[in-house]
Amino acid sequence: MFNALLISSIYVLDQDKALDFYVGKLGLEVNTDQDLGFMRWLTVNVPGDSHQVLLEKPGAPALDPKTTEQVRELVSKGATGGHLFFTTTDCRKTYNELRARGVEFTEEPTERPYGIDCGLRDPFGNHIRFSQPIQVPTMAASASKANR
Amino acid sequence: MSRAVEETNRRMLRARDAMDRAYAEPLDVPALAAIAHVSEAHFIRTFRATFGETPHRYLQRRRVERAMFLLRATDRSVTDICLDVGFNSLGTFSRSFQQIVGEGPSVYRERGPIKPVPTCFAMAWTRPSSFGEDRARNIV
Repeated sequence: MFNALLISSIYVLDQDKALDFYVGKLGLEVNTDQDLGFMRWLTVNVPGDSHQVLLEKPGAPALDPKTTEQVRELVSKGATGGHLFFTTTDCRKTYNELRARGVEFTEEPTERPYGIDCGLRDPFGNHIRFSQPIQVPTMAASASKANR
Repeated sequence: MSRAVEETNRRMLRARDAMDRAYAEPLDVPALAAIAHVSEAHFIRTFRATFGETPHRYLQRRRVERAMFLLRATDRSVTDICLDVGFNSLGTFSRSFQQIVGEGPSVYRERGPIKPVPTCFAMAWTRPSSFGEDRARNIV
């Protein structure tokens, strides 16, 4: 069966702006930026992590013009469900650094049962969170324990 | 045209995010309209067109949702929770809660603790919609 999640994708409304934000502000690195002719294949990853996020621009011919408009409107309403969850070793420090870079936060670092986390929006409306998890067994770890 | 809609949506989303973040503060229409960079009259109309309900209604249900959470997750008094979530009168709080949830705060509390889930999802999925209100109306 599967052994990893390699690529997941979110919709962005402008790939250059997305690069400025995800690489320039959030500190991700470009994995692949390739013009395939029919689309610009643009993926980023957290430095040192192999999971890639495809920054996909909705448009023709994959989507018809009307659907493209609808998707773009939904992205800007924050309604496409393009959530990304990152982890960090120091939530408050990262929050301060990103605020200084002008990142739009939806929530300040807050203590939760699972750690300290906070929320932000990308320039298009996608919802992003990052947390400093407390040391508890992950769901995957407890599941594999239960299977033993 | 499309760009304008996207820009407007994004502004309305920014105001809605502010309600999700600062529900405990005395947020009013002028403050929210300023966050969205639009006039007050335009703000209420546009917010409703974007998200299907007025900003007042959205905020009221956000406050009730946070109260529902605190009632089940903490042992703070109903009065403290009422103030914690941004209501300034216990009467208004109890009446709104009863109307929206279909039962009073103390009765609701007896449901016991909520199962753990990341807070952002709890906030998105447990904010009462009109369904609860309809149910309450049917009971009454």
